[in-house]
Amino acid sequence: METRIHKYKQGDKYIVLDVNSGGVHLADEMIFNMLDHIRPEPNADNLGITAEELAEKLPRYDKEEIAECLAELEQLYKDKCLFSEDEYRQFADKTLNAPIKAMCLHVSHDCNLRCEYCFAETGDFGTGRKLMPAEVGKKAIDFLIEKSFGRENLEVDFFGGEPLMAWDTVTATVDYARSIEKQHGKNFRFTITTNGMLLDDEKIEYINREMSNCVLSLDGRKEVNDRIRFTPNHKGSYDLIVPKFKKLVEGRTKEGRTDYYIRGTFTKYNLDFANDILHFADLGFRELSVEPVVTDENFPYALTEEDLPAIYKEYDRLYEIMEKNPGKFNFFHFKIDLNQGPCAIKRLRGCGCGNEYVAVTPDGDIFPCHQFVGMEQWKMGNIFDGNVDKSIKDYFAKTHIYSKKGCSDCWARFYCSGGCNANSFRYEGDVQIPNKLACKLQQKRIECGIALGCGQ
Amino acid sequence: MKHIKTVNKANLKETAAKGGCGKCQTSCQSACKTSCTVANQTCEANK
Ligand code: SF4
Ligand code: SF4
Repeated sequence: METRIHKYKQGDKYIVLDVNSGGVHLADEMIFNMLDHIRPEPNADNLGITAEELAEKLPRYDKEEIAECLAELEQLYKDKCLFSEDEYRQFADKTLNAPIKAMCLHVSHDCNLRCEYCFAETGDFGTGRKLMPAEVGKKAIDFLIEKSFGRENLEVDFFGGEPLMAWDTVTATVDYARSIEKQHGKNFRFTITTNGMLLDDEKIEYINREMSNCVLSLDGRKEVNDRIRFTPNHKGSYDLIVPKFKKLVEGRTKEGRTDYYIRGTFTKYNLDFANDILHFADLGFRELSVEPVVTDENFPYALTEEDLPAIYKEYDRLYEIMEKNPGKFNFFHFKIDLNQGPCAIKRLRGCGCGNEYVAVTPDGDIFPCHQFVGMEQWKMGNIFDGNVDKSIKDYFAKTHIYSKKGCSDCWARFYCSGGCNANSFRYEGDVQIPNKLACKLQQKRIECGIALGCGQ
Repeated sequence: MKHIKTVNKANLKETAAKGGCGKCQTSCQSACKTSCTVANQTCEANK
């Protein structure tokens, strides 16, 4: 049977999630324990257990109170926010033939850092160092306008390698898109993901004017950052970058904007990563994202099953810190808006890679997303021929929580949406098989995020 | 209710009927680029 509820304790909260309605309930300890014994049949009229039966199973509780609790649970069940059914399969293929609305432009397959864990293999994705010519960037804009059909909001992320190494292409592409967006009825949103090395006042001003989000890569405390993120001649990058990020972020926050992320990666070397998050907060940054490294488990810094207890503990610690200091900073992976989250349709498939979202290389080759770049079997075409491989696009459109192994039974399915396809392919050899370790981390973060959402 | 309190609207089912408009941001564009937490996106149709 598909998992219908998930109950867990976070800090002193007893949380009951009704998976299919998205209902989140805060329970007392008695109800929390009663729920271990309640499993209604699908589409039943009631919860299928009496107060007497429950009292027998839970002799430590007062019978009358048990009856009172059961009445409350029956009410929630009738209101369809407890043990509600999964009725979403009918929508699973709804994004077949969806327009393409987002693009990751690999303007630079080159990088000026040599971060040890880089999935882009020091920037070139194993395909040779290259910068994207401005004509390719502009053509990509034309391509996106054409393939987005009726969609108005189009997203373009400048990515790499290090995108600032191809700054002329970035500005030429943005300026071109701005010059034609109105006539096509489009609204471009640009974002950039940068290591900051080449930031200067002029670039900061341009980015703060044109980019609706920027992702600034930094791993945390100086010693943590510099151990992994260094220059080609092995010099740490922290001191070079932090002042530039501060300047960029100040430019945004003084206008009241929160649209940036300081984004770090944690590895086996810093399992106390909450300290890195706190370090960011001390530096004055508020929008923070620190994520587990994605890499082959043979590397010394890779995260493995044996690190899980330490990582769980650290996420719990971070949760406690955030619970006690609301508003001090935001942590991307704990951010779950319990009322205004995405619609169920989006939750069925998540990232939209290969269907609504594609990545484009310096040569104009199209891949399902930035992490598939360089895997020839996933190449979907080239923007200069204008055709997109329909079989690959349809494959991703039909990839969702009901197609993936284990997801339809997983309580986290409408928060995680089936995980990262690229990750699954890279580590399990199959887009349809989620990586177990990634699942466990994801589930833990979702638990913390929902618990924080309860306190707001 | 005394023993259990619902903290949100529990309206995921309604969003299925109305949803899928595609106005919202693509999740990997927002911050992560290595993983996907879709639930932290917000719906733009309701804005
Ligand atoms: S990818 Fe893993 S955590 Fe996500 S829904 Fe599937 S099984 Fe659950
Ligand atoms: S497959 Fe993974 S990396 Fe690619 S867009 Fe989806 S979540 Fe992001």
